[in-house]
Amino acid sequence: MAMSEFALDSGNTAWMLTASALVLLMTPGLAFFYGGMVRTKSVLNMMMMSFGALGLVGVIWVLWGYSAAFGTQGNAFVGNPFQYFGLVGLTDQNSIMAASGVPALVAVVFQATFAIITVALISGSIADRTKFSAWMVFSGIWLTIVYVPIAHMVWGGGFESPTGWVAQHISAPIDFAGGTVVHINAGAAGLALALLLGVRKGFGKEPMRPHNLPFVMLGAALLWFGWFGFNAGSEFAADGVAGRAWLNTMVATCMAMLTWLATEKIRDGHATSLGAASGVVAGLVAITPAASSVDSFGAIAIGGIAGVLCALAIGLKYKFGYDDSLDVVGVHLVGGITGTLLIGFFATHHQSAWYPDGASDGLLYGGGFKQLGAQAVAAVIAVTYSFVVTILIGLAIKKTMGLRTSEEVEVSGVDLAIHGETAYETIGSRATMEVNA
Amino acid sequence: MKLVTGIIQPHRLDEVKAALEAAGVHGITVSEASGYGRQRGHTEVYRGAEYTVDLVPKVRVEVLVTAEEAPRVTDAIIGAAQTGKIGDGKVWTVAVDDVARVRTGEHGPEAL
Repeated sequence: MAMSEFALDSGNTAWMLTASALVLLMTPGLAFFYGGMVRTKSVLNMMMMSFGALGLVGVIWVLWGYSAAFGTQGNAFVGNPFQYFGLVGLTDQNSIMAASGVPALVAVVFQATFAIITVALISGSIADRTKFSAWMVFSGIWLTIVYVPIAHMVWGGGFESPTGWVAQHISAPIDFAGGTVVHINAGAAGLALALLLGVRKGFGKEPMRPHNLPFVMLGAALLWFGWFGFNAGSEFAADGVAGRAWLNTMVATCMAMLTWLATEKIRDGHATSLGAASGVVAGLVAITPAASSVDSFGAIAIGGIAGVLCALAIGLKYKFGYDDSLDVVGVHLVGGITGTLLIGFFATHHQSAWYPDGASDGLLYGGGFKQLGAQAVAAVIAVTYSFVVTILIGLAIKKTMGLRTSEEVEVSGVDLAIHGETAYETIGSRATMEVNA
Repeated sequence: MKLVTGIIQPHRLDEVKAALEAAGVHGITVSEASGYGRQRGHTEVYRGAEYTVDLVPKVRVEVLVTAEEAPRVTDAIIGAAQTGKIGDGKVWTVAVDDVARVRTGEHGPEAL
């Protein structure tokens, strides 16, 4: 992997610096997206789960996360966390962006922003009822033993990479920007935690209305904006393939919003603002793995199919009785699987589209079933590994410090009990002041 | 003395205020209220989950008047609040034992 010479490319570097900032903004955006969907009594806790993950993962990533995911001493499943502990010894020549002429530290930050939002995404399934301390402990462990190995397997030269076992035996799986690493991973973990925690009091019986839909719309807008960095930045360069990813990120998302709204209009009688925001995210999720490797028709098809499937999938939790509060499963797991599998139908290397050596065209582009097979293997690995290991981490926390707040705290609201704050001043709340300093 | 209380549609408040002023009422108290009568609530839908919202926003208007004025004030509220549609609200009158004006300490009808 190590190159003998490193030639700085200022254009690529400028784009990757920008893309890192765009992707980092997605996590506060997600805090608004999720925060608006919960009730007034738990909006701060919902947003704090995103901000808490941001703080913790950012530090862990610099200490051992990057090294274990993207170091050069890895086996097929995970890297060595101590190779570049604290980034000591990491040089521009041995980073994953060396070939693009982008300095190693920029690569570290760009990948950190992915790790951060993946952890934050999980919090949507555990709204209103989780101890903040348990969430923070979970975040650190989950990042280290779930996110890092999957990122290494897919992007760090491991089992599912273009040089790995799956590529040699079937076809190289395509996950351009995180369909398996980010979305299937977070979705399966969200399902596991929702099952361990159990349903909120009143789930499926009492209305739990989103308290601020404009927040949800704002969050969806920030996510979409940041997602251009997420998808087009995953090219590691400012070039035509980045342009393809950028275009697909726009058009697939537009289509998904339309098909989600159409599905709702037919099923529920209304095209809702929450549906528009949800359709946007479903489209972004589905196009993420496929962004570089489908043409415009493929992107429109993937977005359109994801909008319908995710709009239908959010009803599953009521059927099966698991409280995936803000639909991490319905949107991220289902959307991630949809995008990952549809690559097997739509992958092409024409029209500025690109895929790694060892991958092949999709079923509808004359490549046969090979790519679909590789995509299915990648999806199954991500779902299985993430779900099983998340259950184990969750059980360990449940047996020791406990995962869930008391029923009294849940009913009165986690914001006040856990964070000592309330989000909104309401009529008649009088306060006196004391300074702790 | 009587207390006349009207629960009305929020969008009729301006008309009710004008009618009460025309009827010679000097002061009213207005507050936001929510509830339901025979029309029940409405339904909202979030990501496919349909919620029936029982409580509908209303405005409560309260007026303290002499016993003789009460029927006229009730009629004024009804006249201004009525749209003929379900959900127009209710007006009721109850007897009041005493009223005191805080500024002067006066009691009874002088305090109205």
